[in-house]
Amino acid sequence: MERVILHCDLNSFYASVECLYNPSLRNVPMAVGGDIEKRHGIILAKNQPAKKYDIKTGEAIWQAMVKCPGLIVVAPRFSLYMRFSQKVRDIFSRYTDRIESFGIDEAWLDVTGSVHLFGDGRKIADEIRQTIRQELGITASVGVSFNKVFAKLGSDYKKPDATTVITRENMKDIVFPLPVSDLLYVGYATAKKLHRYGIYTIGDLANADLAFLKRRLGKWGEYIWIFANGEEHSPVLPQLYEPYVKSIGNSTTAPRDLTTWQDIGIITHVLAESVAARLRDHQFKCSTVTVYVRDNELEHFTRQCKLEYPTDISREIAQSAMRLFRENIDFSKPLRSIGIKASDLSVGNSAVQLSFFTDQALREREAAIDRAFDQVRQRFGFYRIQRGCMKQDTLLSGFNPKGEHVIFPEGYFKAGE
Amino acid sequence: MAGKMYVDVIVHHQADGKIKPLVIIWKNGVKYAIDKVTQVALAASLKAGGAGVRYTCVIQGVSRYLFLEDDRWFIEKGD
Repeated sequence: MERVILHCDLNSFYASVECLYNPSLRNVPMAVGGDIEKRHGIILAKNQPAKKYDIKTGEAIWQAMVKCPGLIVVAPRFSLYMRFSQKVRDIFSRYTDRIESFGIDEAWLDVTGSVHLFGDGRKIADEIRQTIRQELGITASVGVSFNKVFAKLGSDYKKPDATTVITRENMKDIVFPLPVSDLLYVGYATAKKLHRYGIYTIGDLANADLAFLKRRLGKWGEYIWIFANGEEHSPVLPQLYEPYVKSIGNSTTAPRDLTTWQDIGIITHVLAESVAARLRDHQFKCSTVTVYVRDNELEHFTRQCKLEYPTDISREIAQSAMRLFRENIDFSKPLRSIGIKASDLSVGNSAVQLSFFTDQALREREAAIDRAFDQVRQRFGFYRIQRGCMKQDTLLSGFNPKGEHVIFPEGYFKAGE
Repeated sequence: MAGKMYVDVIVHHQADGKIKPLVIIWKNGVKYAIDKVTQVALAASLKAGGAGVRYTCVIQGVSRYLFLEDDRWFIEKGD
């Protein structure tokens, strides 16, 4: 039996929730944005009137203000959005237990086993939209198809508050004329490559020569060709509420540009402490450290390295990150933001191969220091205990990435490509 | 202007877990007994700006919405 997959996208999620709670914002251009004072100033979501001014998710607040001088920017309230996200999930679960979240505002639903109870995909999609509108006062657009990739294209096809059904019969009319960059996993760089080979639409990609794509793009060439042809069969993965964690990371935009190793060192230690503390909270250890660097012209890159041992020790994560920074930064341009991510996670207490050449006693002492930090901070507050280096520049070190962690709507990542 | 007004409510918490509002107490202290709850549904209030459990209450012969949002009760203020 052909699968029935829904992809549900909450339209301008953060902005919609804010407009629900503040009716005076509904008919004026408004956006939800980060803290302007600390330069975390990017647009996270905008309402329909703001869309008319071509305001984009991910752009700086000041850029948006140039396009729309009267724009009202409100600060995000993540705990409220999380509660709404959970309420939406509760609505989904009336129809199926196979729900795979994609960020806070998107999800796939496999309703193949439910159509004999509730009606076909379109009927379920329409009902879900209506229920979300009535019970929560926000809107969703839903795509219905026989695989996840096309269901996602469907939810993007018409918004807000619309259902789009993509079948094997109409896929050539609906999907094939879309630009190839609309396809899941075709980012900016891949699209540029494909354009060079004369592939501009998803139809062009579907009809391209598979051997040629594999030669040019490797295994990803094959994947996206399969996606374009609608032959993607990956299951909707039912999850617990807590999404499966693949990596833990923090990044920050500094209150001023970073120009020296001392600047980088201070921020690196704050970020590494936060990442390590969050690893310990989840009882994870990481084996890979990735760093992210963005300069003041918004050019960015990432670099990663493998660690000798799985670790959750702040100093080891900070050291690896510093090594990556030193190998890759030349300060030809001042830096605006940096980030650290721990991945390749293993469960904290699994057995580790020790080495003759490492001072294991030192590692254990460092782990004990980290635990002491955790306890002091838990009892007395984050800023009660700090490493000495933080005092070199309290403007730079004065943030708590663990406590002020920003959760981005899924659209942010797309805009960032 | 339409809007949201939080109100005091006397509530009967039943043994089966259900919650039944009995009396709304106005800001000036006047009590309005709820004669009957005709519908209970999850709903958003676009008028007041909020979402929660909506109780359709009959008070002195007039039907009015009373919302329970998390742990606070509100009504939609009329125009």
